[in-house]
Amino acid sequence: MILAVASGKGGTGKTTVALSLASVAKNRIIYVDCDVEEPNAHLFLNPRIDRSDEICIPVPFVDETRCTHCGKCASICRYGAIASLPAMTLVFEELCHGCGGCTIACPVSAITEKQHRIGVVESGSSDVLERVTLVQGRIDVGVPLSPPLIRAAKKAADDEKNVLLDCPPGTSCPMIASVRGADYVALVTEPTPFGLHDLSLAVETLRELALPFGVIINRSCERDGIIEAFCDATGTAILGRIPDDRRVAEAYSRGVIPTAESPLMRRVCERVAESAAERASEKGVRR
Amino acid sequence: MKIAFSAKGTTPESPLDARFGRTARFLVFDPEMETWGTVENTQNLNAAQGAGIQSAQNVIRSGAKAVVTGGHCGPKAFDVLRAADIEVFASDAPSVAEALRLFQTGKLERIDAADVEGHWA
Repeated sequence: MILAVASGKGGTGKTTVALSLASVAKNRIIYVDCDVEEPNAHLFLNPRIDRSDEICIPVPFVDETRCTHCGKCASICRYGAIASLPAMTLVFEELCHGCGGCTIACPVSAITEKQHRIGVVESGSSDVLERVTLVQGRIDVGVPLSPPLIRAAKKAADDEKNVLLDCPPGTSCPMIASVRGADYVALVTEPTPFGLHDLSLAVETLRELALPFGVIINRSCERDGIIEAFCDATGTAILGRIPDDRRVAEAYSRGVIPTAESPLMRRVCERVAESAAERASEKGVRR
Repeated sequence: MKIAFSAKGTTPESPLDARFGRTARFLVFDPEMETWGTVENTQNLNAAQGAGIQSAQNVIRSGAKAVVTGGHCGPKAFDVLRAADIEVFASDAPSVAEALRLFQTGKLERIDAADVEGHWA
């Protein structure tokens, strides 16, 4: 099963939950850190990285000896990455999304594609959890385009049966690229107005993507009602609640997966893992 | 030599726009004919990225050889303008007409490098 842990709001505990779920897994599992702009699961899993692949996207290279400066490449580029001047064609590689449209549009075949590096995908088995192999994307500094790297990291886990996707926050392209293809999505939220607001955006996004999902309330307390009311009104399942336990935060701050020090956290995660697996199979999407 | 001004309004009395890439329009002055033309730049207002590059191409198409903005020009727009040998000037003049007067008397400061960071750098 492919289980994605996402949130909407940042800092709700996606990595805390994803690592804790990985720690209670009974079988071999691939943990994909899709938060390629700031991957941090490696701090907890301490992997022995034994594979590293450069990830590139194709960007246009203009042969000025053939270019007639007709401007078709610039006009088709919806990312504004090409400037067509009367005597020169300028390409801004950092704006290019690698769609290949300009190459097709050029009537004189003056455009060829060259590879533009955006980051690396690394993998290795964890020194901390024996059943877990970590795959992580690391985007290069200054590169604004993460979805191709996220897709490459997920591809590295393509043939695996059990995959955990630790997703980036938000509800834009990086989050969508991460959750797409998951059998089930666990949305981690916190019982605050901000948590609720971003949770509702994440729920809307997942509905649009037709993915099954449930909610985990982190730092659960007497204010849970704010999330419960939303879940009631939208027919959203609450998979579990993680109590506001200082031991969880302390373990995390030392780079220790919280289930190692909080038996309660372990029990919650075991239940959440079971519940997510049941719900995913109910939806008939189990692979 | 035609000169383009990033402008908030449609007449020379209107203020300069401090933004180059996301200015709503350019007013283009032709000193030989002593006439003003308008180049709309609205396609850029809501562009997610690359507004400066598109703006610079609009200026190039207008035939202007110099551009005056109310303050800022980003790195990619600057690269495009430089590639087309277009000079960039900044002015805090209250109106386009006043900026033109300062330009014609050589009192405008030429920008030799982008003065604001790109949004992607």
